[in-house]
Amino acid sequence: MAETILELRNLCKSFGALKATDDVSLDLRVGEIHALIGPNGAGKSTLIHQIAGTLTPDTGTIEFLGRPISQLGVAERARLGLGRSFQVSSLASEFSALRNVMLAVQSRQGSSFRFFKPVMRDRSLVEPAMAALARVGLKDRADIPAAELSHGERRQLEIAIALALGSRAFLLDEPMAGMGPEGSRQFTGFLDALRQEAPILLVEHDMDAVFALADRISVLVYGRIIASGTVEEIRHNPEVRRAYLGDPQ
Amino acid sequence: MTISRETIINIVLALLLLAIPYAAIQFGNPFYVTLATRMAILGLAAVGLNIALGFGGLVSFGHAAFFGIGGYVAGILASHSLSGAPLNFGVFSVPGTNQMPVIWLVALVAGGLLAAAIGAISLRTSGVYFIMITLAFAQMTYYFAISWPAYGGEDGLSILVRNQFPGVNTMVPLNYFLVCYGVLMVGLLVSALIRDSRFGAALQAARQNEVRVASVGITPFRIRLVAFVISGMITALAGALYADLNRFVSPSMLSWHMSGEFIVLIILGGVGRLYGPVAGAMLFVMFEFLLGGMTERWQFFLGLILLGVVLFARGGLIGLIAGKPRHG
Repeated sequence: MAETILELRNLCKSFGALKATDDVSLDLRVGEIHALIGPNGAGKSTLIHQIAGTLTPDTGTIEFLGRPISQLGVAERARLGLGRSFQVSSLASEFSALRNVMLAVQSRQGSSFRFFKPVMRDRSLVEPAMAALARVGLKDRADIPAAELSHGERRQLEIAIALALGSRAFLLDEPMAGMGPEGSRQFTGFLDALRQEAPILLVEHDMDAVFALADRISVLVYGRIIASGTVEEIRHNPEVRRAYLGDPQ
Repeated sequence: MTISRETIINIVLALLLLAIPYAAIQFGNPFYVTLATRMAILGLAAVGLNIALGFGGLVSFGHAAFFGIGGYVAGILASHSLSGAPLNFGVFSVPGTNQMPVIWLVALVAGGLLAAAIGAISLRTSGVYFIMITLAFAQMTYYFAISWPAYGGEDGLSILVRNQFPGVNTMVPLNYFLVCYGVLMVGLLVSALIRDSRFGAALQAARQNEVRVASVGITPFRIRLVAFVISGMITALAGALYADLNRFVSPSMLSWHMSGEFIVLIILGGVGRLYGPVAGAMLFVMFEFLLGGMTERWQFFLGLILLGVVLFARGGLIGLIAGKPRHG
């Protein structure tokens, strides 16, 4: 079996009486896309938040690259190589697309405590950032402030940032929301290749994309994983069909 | 490379400020030299605050603490230099001094240490809480100064002879203006370097989106703390110059009015703009002088002007002329 990069064991998180994450265990292995699907409010984003560190689980453990990360902050987890895109895109809105990516490059290079050299004249920052933008197809939009990019472009920019960070795993929360059909198709092709670089935990509503891309799928309903398996297994799982895919039978 | 409109305005402002004292002497009004010096010093204090408030979005309502500690450093060292009695720190003692470079160095260190202590606690909060906690710390220093009789307490402390700068007779107003102007220019250079550096990128990004900065692996708290310390140091340096300008230090330098005045300067000139604090200080001192000459209630009219700026010209003077900032 392929090496496990990320492993969640018995994760629980409650908000008052609401169990947003109910004893969730799942893993992410080298070279795969593991899709997380489920109806609205199933707790998909809550789970992503716990992996990234913006929320703390009540119980359970998270291991990344073989080391427990539950006690680490968001920035430390990112430095270890957890790259992330947000359900509602989260960028430095006044900065250009290029400068948003450059921030990731400078973090990867080690220190932000450098006070003298102007960043825009620093080729060791600009060039890798440009390369990451080119990979997601945003090269022509490098100078546009993040606030003026379209929704779809902002998602692409977040991926470029995760790329520039040298991520060892990608947590992508609905990366295709806000993209047109053409953009979606292109982006599916991009993610297909990206999995070779680092595995992807993909939350996505676009079922065509999920079925086309995923090596494995986990179905989350009311905070619980009700099924986990290959695309075929999930397609034919009666419980999944009943709970989520809206099968009339 | 084209020169942006903002750069042109910056150059004009720098030359204008430099021209004021010469014009004043030319037209036989040497009093205006002191006004120009005041502009330079308050501008420098606000350049310091602008690093925290403008670049970092850290609305400190307590920068009078740093301004005041710089002032007291100048006053205390000068008074010991005059009396010849060393300063006692229990286990060791040091002599006073009337040399500005030494005083500035001590002011920078003292301001930095105080900012590190205040920042380490205050930066764990944000928004209104940050404003209030920085205000609280500054008020603590204010009441401490009032209740400390050794250095004048409520009455303050006079500096009988202005401190010395090597090779310059600082008692000549124009000379002292040039010293302050030079320090202001260095402060602006530091501010510009920080703004364009990696550190500045992280600081400004943390203002725009804290989660984004953390998500690329940069801890916002550390960046902000260092920015707050640099900010406090520059404002403390301005405080030392201010004490020497007035040849007097009093607790009023530490009061919340002073903190508010710095914020007003930055809003008038343009938040987060390199020359915003300078433009603001020039406008403020001018208003204070012109309006103050007409009515005792000049601050009422200053309030109206501020209201106008906040409602109709959010970017202050620089924003009004140069438009929105560009971030490369």
